[in-house]
Amino acid sequence: MSATDDLRIRAQLARSGFYLDVDLELPPQGITVLFGPSGSGKTSLLRCVAGLERPANGLIRFGQHLWQDDSRNIFVPTWQRDLGYVFQEPSLFDHLDVQKNVAYGLDRSKKPGALEALSGAIALLGIGHLMHRHPANLSGGERQRVAIARALATQPRLLLLDEPLAALDLARRHEILPWLEKMRDELSVPMLYITHSADEVARLADYLVVLDQGAVKAYGAAQDVLARVQSPVIVGEDAGVVLRGTVVQRDTPWHLSQVAFPGGFLWVRDNQLALGRQVRLRVLARDISLSAYEPHDTSIQNQFKGRIEAMVDDTHPSQALVRIRCGESILLARVTKRAIHMLGLNSSSEVWAQVKSVAVIE
Amino acid sequence: MNFALNTDAWDAICLTLELAAFTTVILLVLATPLAWWLSQTQSKWRAPVGALLTLPLVLPPSVLGFYLLVVMGPHGPLGQLTQAMGWGVLSFTFAGLLIGSVVFSLPFAVQPMQNAFEAMGTRPMEVAFTLRARPIDAFFSVALPLARPGLITAAILSFSHTVGEFGVVLMIGGNIPGQTRVVSTQIYGHVEAMEYAQAHWLAGGMLVFSFTVLLALSMMRKRLGQVLA
Repeated sequence: MSATDDLRIRAQLARSGFYLDVDLELPPQGITVLFGPSGSGKTSLLRCVAGLERPANGLIRFGQHLWQDDSRNIFVPTWQRDLGYVFQEPSLFDHLDVQKNVAYGLDRSKKPGALEALSGAIALLGIGHLMHRHPANLSGGERQRVAIARALATQPRLLLLDEPLAALDLARRHEILPWLEKMRDELSVPMLYITHSADEVARLADYLVVLDQGAVKAYGAAQDVLARVQSPVIVGEDAGVVLRGTVVQRDTPWHLSQVAFPGGFLWVRDNQLALGRQVRLRVLARDISLSAYEPHDTSIQNQFKGRIEAMVDDTHPSQALVRIRCGESILLARVTKRAIHMLGLNSSSEVWAQVKSVAVIE
Repeated sequence: MNFALNTDAWDAICLTLELAAFTTVILLVLATPLAWWLSQTQSKWRAPVGALLTLPLVLPPSVLGFYLLVVMGPHGPLGQLTQAMGWGVLSFTFAGLLIGSVVFSLPFAVQPMQNAFEAMGTRPMEVAFTLRARPIDAFFSVALPLARPGLITAAILSFSHTVGEFGVVLMIGGNIPGQTRVVSTQIYGHVEAMEYAQAHWLAGGMLVFSFTVLLALSMMRKRLGQVLA
């Protein structure tokens, strides 16, 4: 990451309940997820980037575009910042039909290739058949897709998404998530994405910023941040890691695919993924069990020899979260403290990790 | 006894409609920025200004008319100004009547618009800003169209309230035929002269007009509500 391309955010903002105080340098590509409980300052941070809030002692710079620098008394208003913003509620203009909603920003951004951008955004979000409908006659999922297309039609250099799925029910979320993944894969626009859903973090995050009470608790590449056990980011049932790998083999008679990752090979359900395809795998801590010796005659197909790096208490006093290094990858396992005691494990033991279940998330 | 409307009556009706139309147009132009400012500002002046703009709602029209007369009169500040500009004194003229009507109906224009702007919240404008719209552009392309039901209510209320005013008209306009004699003062004149038949025609007309306006307003709200729901 070169210093001229990144997104620099330094902001201080007093709000009831928390005091936002951050100083971040974020990569200028991929999806950076802002993660944290409600009231941790995620939305305020995004609004500062957009210029909808004016933080104190602020420095907001995106590549060569200086949007705020209080030391030089610079503040570029929102409408001159080359960004797209998707709000938590779809916030379509009720007095305009879908076509006019999507074209609203397009007409004003006055960029070359506007029509291509419009038809591209419409095709990418699959809303072509809705163009002459009114927002009142759309489902929640359709509305949010129109709102995303409307933001994309201005060809922004940076896309800000504030919990775009939060207002939707589970079925609608699963309707939109694939579009978001498609956007990440097909557009070169970096995105700042707010969520408090562990599932969305696992599926979307390249880079992860964890906020708590207005302060940055952790940040870095998503894989690294998720694999931390000291002050784990996601606890309880959702704790786990995301691995990246490549499909290398298919065992068609048994409907399985083999994925190579930096730490070994994993057998996963065959989802008709092509050989050579890059995938993300989500491995939950609750789906990993540990053995002091190489397990034989077990139904579990995925086993990895590794070394324990750390052990911490989990949410329930009976359980511990164990961080295991397998090659270049990290696995998290959740086991009972009694098991650790009976197996005689300590924080540098060699163990065999048995992976009971893996989710392929792209 | 003459049951038909005579020329005097028609003059009064035309003048009334003219006054109401001008008042409504001026009020929409004047009240829109005021209502917007009241709905958005966090200034300490918000409450006093809001109270000042609502005063015509609670003051007796004679009190309002009296002060307007003083201000517009030959020795009042506005009167001095209009005389210096060579326009003469405005009291007992149509222009003076128009100023009085605008002040008198101001809350009826400001309130519905302010409510509409407040109900909208800040989100639509913020969305417009993130889509490259400057504030003025966003106001005319987003805020004003979204506040349309409030605007229509404001226009109808201003118009009908002006048609129905009496006290202010009598104080500022006097009752000069063809210049400041509107329907309400005409009726008063008829009753004073014991011309009950004439008074009946005009009063009945006002009754039907007011009822129609209120009916139209409630039907339109229902329809607009359905469109926006």
